[in-house]
Amino acid sequence: MPEATATFEVRRQGPAAIVDIRGDVTAGSEEVLMSAYEETGDARAIVLNFTDLAYMNSGGIGLLVTLLVRANRHSQQLLAFGLSDHYAQIFELTRLDEAVGIHDTESDALAAAGAA
Amino acid sequence: MSEVNEKAAARDATNWAKKVSTLNVSEVPEGAVAINVEGKRLAGPIQGFGKMWQKTYQVRLPAERASATDLIATWKQRFPEFWPEGNNFYAPLTGIEPGEVALIGMTLPGKMKLSTGVMVLYADEESFTLMTPQGHMFAGWITFSATERNGQTVAQAQVLMRASDPIFEMGLTMGGHKQEDRFWQQTLTALATHFEAPMAHVDTQVVCVDKKRQWSKWRNVWHSSAIRSTLYMLGAPVRGVKGLFGSKQPVA
Repeated sequence: MPEATATFEVRRQGPAAIVDIRGDVTAGSEEVLMSAYEETGDARAIVLNFTDLAYMNSGGIGLLVTLLVRANRHSQQLLAFGLSDHYAQIFELTRLDEAVGIHDTESDALAAAGAA
Repeated sequence: MSEVNEKAAARDATNWAKKVSTLNVSEVPEGAVAINVEGKRLAGPIQGFGKMWQKTYQVRLPAERASATDLIATWKQRFPEFWPEGNNFYAPLTGIEPGEVALIGMTLPGKMKLSTGVMVLYADEESFTLMTPQGHMFAGWITFSATERNGQTVAQAQVLMRASDPIFEMGLTMGGHKQEDRFWQQTLTALATHFEAPMAHVDTQVVCVDKKRQWSKWRNVWHSSAIRSTLYMLGAPVRGVKGLFGSKQPVA
């Protein structure tokens, strides 16, 4: 298993859980990401904060698909904010944007999640 | 911009494909067919119909035979050579580079020919990812990577996919998954053989990530490369006759 190069910190905001992502997200981040997901508990919405994302490769995008499946299984909404223009385009290219709600700011994402 | 951010931005620019709305095939090599690629959109696991699978195939080589970067460089350069017989990967002239489109000719059970393709979504020194267009037998991507650990170089092909439509889902259930497993096992064996390790064992791990079928995507069958390839083959005699009696352009 490749080494994890990212951290995922979870904070609760009402019915939503915000996951602050820092560093490089790669396939090696699977364990830490899924552990962060467990921390979100019964949150109705998972909000991914990409503001401090340094880099993400295709393995990282694959992890987000797996996270989406898990969230869907638990009837949780998956949202994102803080994506750079580049990664917003990658979400469009891979068509992740069709399943993950993308917002400019944390407050926009929380409002969409009904947690503002 | 800090040095760290500059490096990250440079990696972003060079490793990922640029955004495209539909695929464009710049050149069709002899023997290849672009009907199921030209003008198609990309389709990831979210757009597919069937159950979602993550399939991982790994082969371990002695590290002295190849470093991870050497292995990936060779894999990119000679990608078509490692495919099982009867299947053709028409690599782009510029090689496996982000944004490049490659055409594929496959032989399915019953000698059925299928024309499809892929786009290089991502490529760096230790991995590269191919993403499928609408109508491919599955919607998803395949990541080829290499890592070094415990004196070994581990080559890996990992598929994240859903069958594109109900017909392909049925085909995968009725032997297609096994055939796909054999395909990548043979590919990795050929890769290992290239690095003088023909007896290396290929480990296969198959995980059903999502048991649910996405019934709202059943209409994907409209783009089915199997149906369109068959219709294209059936139309070959008509195209041949048209070619014989077709109008000739006047010489200027």
